Amino acid sequence: DTTFRSYSDDPRAVNVDLQTDATLQVDISDALSERDKVKFTVHTKSTLPNFKQNEFSVVRQHEEFIWLHDSFVENEDYAGYIIPPAPPRPDFDASREKLQKLGEGEGSMTKEEFTKMKQELEAEYLAIFKKTVAMHEVFLCRVAAHPVLRKDLNFHVFLEYNQDLSVRGKNKKEKLEDFFKNVVKSADGVLVAGVKDVDDFFEHEKTFLLEYHNRVKDASAKSDRMIRSHKNAADDINRIASSLYTLGTQDSTDLCKFFLKVSELFEKTRKIEARVAADEDLKLADLLKYYLRESQAAKDLLYRRSRALVDYENANKALDKARAKNRDVLQAETSQQLCCHKFEKISESAKQELIDFKTRRVAAFRKNLVELAELELKHAKGNLQLLQSCLGILKGNT
Amino acid sequence: MIVGQILPHTLPLLHFYFHLNIKNLSSPNNTRKEMCDVTEIEELKINVHVFNVCVCVCVCVCVCFQSEPASLPAEDISTNSNGPKQDSLFDDDPEDLFAEATEEVSLDSPERDVLLSDGPSPAITPITPPTSVITPCIGHAHDDMFTHSSFDEIEEEEGGDSFDMHISVSDPEKVGEFWFTLSLSFLSVSLSQTSMSLFKRNEFSVKRRFSDFLGLHSKLASKYLHIGYIVPPAPEKSIVGMTKVKVGKEDQSSNEFVEKRRSALERYLMRTVKHPVLLKDPDVLQFLESSDLPRAVSTQALSSAGLLRMVNKAADAVNKMTIKMNESDAWFEEKQQHFENLDVQLRKLHASVESLVCHRKELSVNTAQFAKSAAMLGNSEDHTALSRALSQLAEVEEKIDQLHQDQANADFYLFSELLGDYVRLITAVKGVFDHRMKTWQKWQDSQMLLQKKREAEAKLQFTNKPDKLQQAKDEIKELEGKVQQGERDFEQISKTIRKEVSRFEKERVKDFKTIIIKYLESLVQTQQQLIKYWEAFLPEAKAIS
Repeated sequence: DTTFRSYSDDPRAVNVDLQTDATLQVDISDALSERDKVKFTVHTKSTLPNFKQNEFSVVRQHEEFIWLHDSFVENEDYAGYIIPPAPPRPDFDASREKLQKLGEGEGSMTKEEFTKMKQELEAEYLAIFKKTVAMHEVFLCRVAAHPVLRKDLNFHVFLEYNQDLSVRGKNKKEKLEDFFKNVVKSADGVLVAGVKDVDDFFEHEKTFLLEYHNRVKDASAKSDRMIRSHKNAADDINRIASSLYTLGTQDSTDLCKFFLKVSELFEKTRKIEARVAADEDLKLADLLKYYLRESQAAKDLLYRRSRALVDYENANKALDKARAKNRDVLQAETSQQLCCHKFEKISESAKQELIDFKTRRVAAFRKNLVELAELELKHAKGNLQLLQSCLGILKGNT
Repeated sequence: MIVGQILPHTLPLLHFYFHLNIKNLSSPNNTRKEMCDVTEIEELKINVHVFNVCVCVCVCVCVCFQSEPASLPAEDISTNSNGPKQDSLFDDDPEDLFAEATEEVSLDSPERDVLLSDGPSPAITPITPPTSVITPCIGHAHDDMFTHSSFDEIEEEEGGDSFDMHISVSDPEKVGEFWFTLSLSFLSVSLSQTSMSLFKRNEFSVKRRFSDFLGLHSKLASKYLHIGYIVPPAPEKSIVGMTKVKVGKEDQSSNEFVEKRRSALERYLMRTVKHPVLLKDPDVLQFLESSDLPRAVSTQALSSAGLLRMVNKAADAVNKMTIKMNESDAWFEEKQQHFENLDVQLRKLHASVESLVCHRKELSVNTAQFAKSAAMLGNSEDHTALSRALSQLAEVEEKIDQLHQDQANADFYLFSELLGDYVRLITAVKGVFDHRMKTWQKWQDSQMLLQKKREAEAKLQFTNKPDKLQQAKDEIKELEGKVQQGERDFEQISKTIRKEVSRFEKERVKDFKTIIIKYLESLVQTQQQLIKYWEAFLPEAKAIS
């Protein structure tokens, strides 16, 4: 089983435009893929006094990222913030399966074909690996950039504690609990979504986010399909290049040089096509996937606010009842004040969060769309140049 | 619906131009039972135009270069009426609205006016005056201007024969079934033996059905395959495709099917006509010229695929024979091996290209879907500038999906069909080699029989049976003649095959070079368009603030 390392100067897909702040900088400086685990080296540079050193590194695995994310979600104090979405689990299954199949089919293909395919699959594996590293890094950067979350104690432990955090993955029972929690939430979500909000800003955001989330989901799925077709076409061109090569070596006529030249051309254009698909994946598909997750996190925030509103309204009703019956009035008053305070706090921070979300989103889309267009242009020009120069040679000879 | 897509090429290949002009003529007897074609009939109008300068031709206009019209034996032609006779061809279907089908005729020759049908005016190509005219091309990005400064002469090794011609198959018309227009025009055809031109007219067009093509092929195959000529195989029948069309579904896939067929018929005909020996064959000439062609009797049995199967069975039979042919000529062994290898590789390449066509079409569909999705996303985005940019992204992707569709068509019609044609051609070549083996076998058999008879005769010498002896002597004489004939046949077929293979290889090189270059040019155009689209989008993306 191969191991991959990633180095800090590799280009990463950054879907968020984050201000780097000298007081706390976090990145993933190295990563190692072995067996079924990926080990990320989290590197921190900080001038904050609460850290023992100014620069340090620890090794973390995916489960520890999830633990950190979940601790934010469960923390009542953070109810008013958009919790940065957790990075998806590293998924090398498909790639590993392909590599295995290739190994099994080694006998049935020529040595060149085998080496070629192996290189292809390794490149694919590497691409997935780089992506997962980028996604874990983005999560940490978002936390580090957030004025409140960056101060979180668990976060500091995550960054600094150089032993294993011993957070095991959720067992079956916990997973089931989560499932039910989500079911309740979505049922509630529907209920709460129905209530029209007094505040125009939030009403607008609710409508917007519900629709936006669905459309981003659809666009993400469609972009994935489009990119897969692109990859398939590039694979076909690869096979065509090989066949042309064989034809070229076998032919006794004038065509042999012709075929060899065209085969060479297709080899090169195929590489470009594969790069186009990879870049579209990075700049378009990943962007959409990320905002799918973030828009969900924003929806979750709205949900929490709605819940707080409901609690507040219920507390009001309870207070009225208590006053009417003249029983437990003080208790009801305190409870109502707490709910009011909670609701107002959430509303205030939520407003800012949602505004920031929009800013981040616009910036990220702009960056990625511009880069996408530039890369598409670069590749198309590269392809064009290859095709034209080959045509020049072929026409000159005939 | 008119689609004009022109892919000019050198003379050996066909100029594609077509008019998808499917007239839905309702015929109460649409389901006429046919003996021959299970599938359908396509009328072919052959429009053959000679080009002094080959040009990119758009849908309706053909350039023709006229030499002085050959003397038209008008009487000849007038007996063949103007267009498929209703009575002779549709005996069992008097109500067929065939009268509406038109025959496309070149308007140049005055004699021809006599022949013009009484029917409605031909749906045709206005002919421009006989100078090289370059007509504007409508249709897509794949129009190439192709110029050719002189005629492409095809010379036989014996020298002397030359002809320039252009054939196109166009105008599929559904009159009950499908008829295509077959148009031909010749600048000149001269043969080494005589200076008489082969054809009665310089240009003409006739209507033919798919079964007519199959009929032609079966005749040629039965006449020429066994003496060593590589007869180009006719396009295959496709029951699925045709049933759809027959049912009258005029949708994307049935239109595609008709176009595929039209294109295949054109290529088939061009290959047949380019063959100097086949061109002189009376069946071919009749096929090209005669406006009234007798119906092919039973093309189901004689379909190209069927024929190939028969050839292959024969080939298998020969191979299974235990008598190994002692090949005195290494050339044949080498060539057979060469074609064997070529067959394997071409099939493999063909499969990959077919896969590419499929994936490219998928890519087009998926891109279109993504475009719609991006448009929706743009609509729901509440930041105005980003919303606009996303809408523009959607527009770009929509254009790109069309680009992929066009490229998939080029992948298919240029690359994939070329390979498919050659896979079938090589089967024909292998068949010819097998016929040579059969011929050799026949010769050997005669020789062995002669040997036996001689031995028998020798024995008879010592018996007292004069009449038997005489009979034996007669038989021997006959057999001696047969053996000599067998040897001559074998030498002849060997000689023919050598010539044929040499011609075939030359054609193959030319075909592949020309078509692959054209294919690469289509790729160039796609990339150029892509650059245009993304260059237009980039400032929009940058404008997001």
